[in-house]
Amino acid sequence: MTTTSISLSLEIWRQKDSRDKGDFETYTLINISTDMSFLEMLDVLNEQLTREGKDPVAFDHDCREGICGMCGVVINGIAHGPEPETTLCQLHMRHFNDGDTLVIEPFRSRAFPIRKDLVIDRSALDRIIQAGGYVSVNTGGTPDANAIPIPAPVAELAMDAASCIGCGACVASCPNGSAMLFTGAKISQLSLLPQGHPERHKRAMAMVTTMDKEGFGNCTNERECEAVCPKGISIRNIARMNREFVRASFLS
Amino acid sequence: MELNSNVPEGPLAEKWDTHRFASKLVNPANRRKYSVIVVGTGLAGASAAATLAEQGYEVQTFCIQDSPRRAHSISAQGGINAAKNYQNDGDSIQRLFYDTIKGGDFRSREANVYRLAQVSNAIIDQCVAQGVPFAREYGGTLANRSFGGAQVSRTFYARGQTGQQLLLGAYSTLSRQIHSGKVSMYPRKEMMELVLVDGKARGIITRDIITGELERYSADAVILATGGYGNAYFLSTNAMASNVTAIWRAHKKGAGFANPCFVQIHPTCIPVHGSFQSKLTLMSESLRNDGRVWVPKQPGDTRRAGSIPEDERDYYLESKYPSFGNLVPRDVASRNAKEQCDEGKGVGTTNLAVYLDFADAIKRDGETTILKKYGNLFQMYEKITDSNPLHEPMLIYPAVHYTMGGLWVDYNLMTTIPGLFAIGECNFSDHGANRLGASALMQGLADGYFIIGTSIAHYLGSGSLDPVNTDSREFTDSELQVQERIARLLRCCDGSPEGKVTVDEIHKELGLLLWDHCGMARNKEGLEKALAELPAIQEKFWNNVFIPGTGTELNQSLERAGRLADFLEFAEIMILDALERKESCGCHLREESQTEDHEALRDDAGYSHVSVWEYQGGQSAPTLHKEQLLFENVTPSQRSYK
Repeated sequence: MTTTSISLSLEIWRQKDSRDKGDFETYTLINISTDMSFLEMLDVLNEQLTREGKDPVAFDHDCREGICGMCGVVINGIAHGPEPETTLCQLHMRHFNDGDTLVIEPFRSRAFPIRKDLVIDRSALDRIIQAGGYVSVNTGGTPDANAIPIPAPVAELAMDAASCIGCGACVASCPNGSAMLFTGAKISQLSLLPQGHPERHKRAMAMVTTMDKEGFGNCTNERECEAVCPKGISIRNIARMNREFVRASFLS
Repeated sequence: MELNSNVPEGPLAEKWDTHRFASKLVNPANRRKYSVIVVGTGLAGASAAATLAEQGYEVQTFCIQDSPRRAHSISAQGGINAAKNYQNDGDSIQRLFYDTIKGGDFRSREANVYRLAQVSNAIIDQCVAQGVPFAREYGGTLANRSFGGAQVSRTFYARGQTGQQLLLGAYSTLSRQIHSGKVSMYPRKEMMELVLVDGKARGIITRDIITGELERYSADAVILATGGYGNAYFLSTNAMASNVTAIWRAHKKGAGFANPCFVQIHPTCIPVHGSFQSKLTLMSESLRNDGRVWVPKQPGDTRRAGSIPEDERDYYLESKYPSFGNLVPRDVASRNAKEQCDEGKGVGTTNLAVYLDFADAIKRDGETTILKKYGNLFQMYEKITDSNPLHEPMLIYPAVHYTMGGLWVDYNLMTTIPGLFAIGECNFSDHGANRLGASALMQGLADGYFIIGTSIAHYLGSGSLDPVNTDSREFTDSELQVQERIARLLRCCDGSPEGKVTVDEIHKELGLLLWDHCGMARNKEGLEKALAELPAIQEKFWNNVFIPGTGTELNQSLERAGRLADFLEFAEIMILDALERKESCGCHLREESQTEDHEALRDDAGYSHVSVWEYQGGQSAPTLHKEQLLFENVTPSQRSYK
C-alpha cells in the first residue's frame, strides 16, 4: 500500500431543494490521500466548506461497506465511478490522478426526484417491491427448512440475483431510465426458488405493472445497467423477468 | 425504579410455554383497534412490524434512511446460529443456550437466553420460506459453518452477506404489509422524543429529514428497534447514522439503561490508516475458520510477512488456546491482539495490526474453495487496502462493533416505562458481557418474529388504555422540548465560523477519549481521567460547534450534531458503569482484575448482576440499580477456551 497525495478539481451539482433549478459549482481540494475512500474525500470537502461558513454538499451514505445501497453519484458520466463492481463508498482515491477534474452529479431519472444536491428519492423502487417482491407467508407455521431440497447451483443463481443492493445505479445509467435490472433481479430470485413458485404469475404482472406506473422506461438492451451494477448483476435476470412476464400473460 | 424481570416460574425448558399460556391475548377482531409504533427497520424492527401487522394490529414504522431496506443489519456478514443440529455433531437447544450464556461470561438472564435458543430453529424455517437463498450442499440441504465460541457447526449463511439476505427477507415481508395497508411506513424520519401520557409510552415526536418539520405520532404502544451505540467511539464498524438518540431520549424519560459499558470490540477489522478515516470495516469472523492469526516472535521485526520463516512466527491463539485455537470468542481474540501489539509485535505501518494468514488453507483446499467461501470478503479487503489476501496475509486489528448494553427489559422485552418495548441490539437482554458471532441476527429476528407479538398482546390485553390526542399537552410539551434543543444547537451558528469547531472534530475527540480509557482494557485511573475530561468536551460542543444552514431543511450537519449531543451525555453513564464494575467479564476487562495469564477474572460474589442506571435530571448523578442474576441451571465457571 503506497500512499500519495493528489489534488483535484471538483464540479459538483448543487441544488437547494426539489424546486430549485440547480447548477454545478467548482471546488478545489489539495492533499487528498490516495488511501481515502471517495466519500471520505467528500467529508474532507464538507469540513472545509463548513469552516468557510458555507453549506456542505448533501449526499446519501450509511454503511460505507458497499452493502446498504444508500450511496451513489455519477462521476464523470459513470454511476459509482470508474471501478467495476464497486459502490461509491468502496471506491478509493488511488484510482484517480493528480490534477483530475471530477464532475459529480446525482443519479438522474424521471422516477428519482432530487431532494438536495446529490440526495435523491428512490422510493419508487420500494413500491415495486411492495407490489409483489415477496413470498406471501406469515410468521409461524412454516415447514422445516430442509423439507424442500434446493440444488446448490440453483441456490447460487438465486443468490446472484438476490445480491442487488437497490442503489438505483442501473436506472441512472439506462438511456430509457429503466428499472428492469432491479425488478428482474427480485423476480429471478423468487422464480428460481421453489418457495416463490405459487405466486410467480401474480408477482411478475404486479411488479412489471408498477414499474411502468412509476415512470421507469423499458429495456432496449443497452446493457449500461449491467456495466455499472456494483454487485455485478447480469442482464440475464431481465431475460428471466421477460420470460416470467410472458408466461404470466398467457397463463393468468 | 423497580426491576421485576417477570421471568415465569417452572423448569427452564418450560418457561416460554408457561409464559405464553399465562399471557393475555387480544381477540383477532379487536386487534385492528390497537396501534403500535415501531422505530427502526433492521432485523428486529422490520420483523416485528410485519409480524404485528399480520396479526392484525395497525402499525406505524419509522426509519431514518431513505428506505427500510438500508438498516445496518444489512452489513452483517457471517451468519445466523440455530440449534438445528443438521450436521449431527452434538448440537441441541441446551448446547446453544449454554454456549451463549458462557460466551456472555455469565452476565445474562438464563430464561431469556434459553428462549432465544428455543426459537432459533423456527427463524431458519421462516427465512427459508420467505425465499432467503442460504448456502446449500450439493444434495440440496442447508450448509453450515462454525463460528467463534462453539465447537459445533450451527451457523447458517448466505455467502458473506447473511445480514443482507435476512434483512431483505424481513423487508419483503414488511413491504407486503405496507402494500396491504396494515403498516404505514415513514422513511427519512428521525425519532427525536418519546411521549408519555399517564406514565405510559403513547407516542413519538419525529423530525422529517428532508423538510426539517417536526411531527407527532400516537399509538397504544411504542417499540424501539434502533440498534446499538457503538458510534459513541466515532470510529466503529457501525453505519454512519447509527446512534443512541432514540434510546437515550427514552432513558431521559425514565427507561433504565442496562450495562452501558458492555461494548464488543471485534477482533477482525481492517486497521485504522489515517486521520481522515470515517469508519472501520469488519472482516467476518468466519475468516477465522481458515485463517491463522500470527505475529513475528521478535518484537520490532520489520520484515515482510513472506520473509519471516515458520519457526519465527508466533501463532499465539493456537498455542495459548489449543482446543478452540483461532476460533476463541471475540473478546479473547481482541484482547490477545492488543496484548501482542502492546509487546511491540504488531505489524503494518502503524504497528497496530496482526496477520490473518490464509496460505495454509489455500495449500490444503486450493484457491477455488477458499474463494468460494470468502471471495467477496477478499474482494472487499483488496478494494480498501490494495492488497490481495491470496498472496499476502490480511492485516487485522480490533474495532468497536456491537453493544451488548442497552435499555433494560423484562422477560416481555418491556422497559421500565409501561408500553415501551426495546428489541434487537438496543436492548441488553441476551448477550451478557460478550456476544458470540452469528447471534445478533438470531436475537434480532427472535425478538421481532417470535417474541414481541406475545408481549404486545399481553400488554394491550391487560388493561384499558385511554384514547390519546396528539394535540394534548404531553405531545405539545415534547415537541417544544425538541424545538428548543434544535434552536440551542443552531444558536452559535450565526455569523462567521471563526474560532468554532465542526461536529466531526468534537466527535473524534469524544471517540478518542472513550477508545483510550473505556476501550479494550480499562482501569480506575483511566476511567476517572475520562470522566474528568468529558465535561470540557461537552462544553466545547455546546459553546463552539458550528452548524451551517437552518433547522427547516435537509441539514446533515444538524442531524449529526443532534446525535453527537446525545452521545456526549450518554458517554458519562458508559464510563461510570465501567468504573463501577470493578471485575473483568467478557468484553469488559478491568486491568485490576486479571488472572496470572492475563485472562479476565470475574467476581461473581460482587458483580453477578445487571447494572441499571436511572436518569436523575442531568444536574444530579444518575443512580445505579441492580438486578441480581440467578443461575439455577448452569454453574458460572471461569471461562476457559484452552
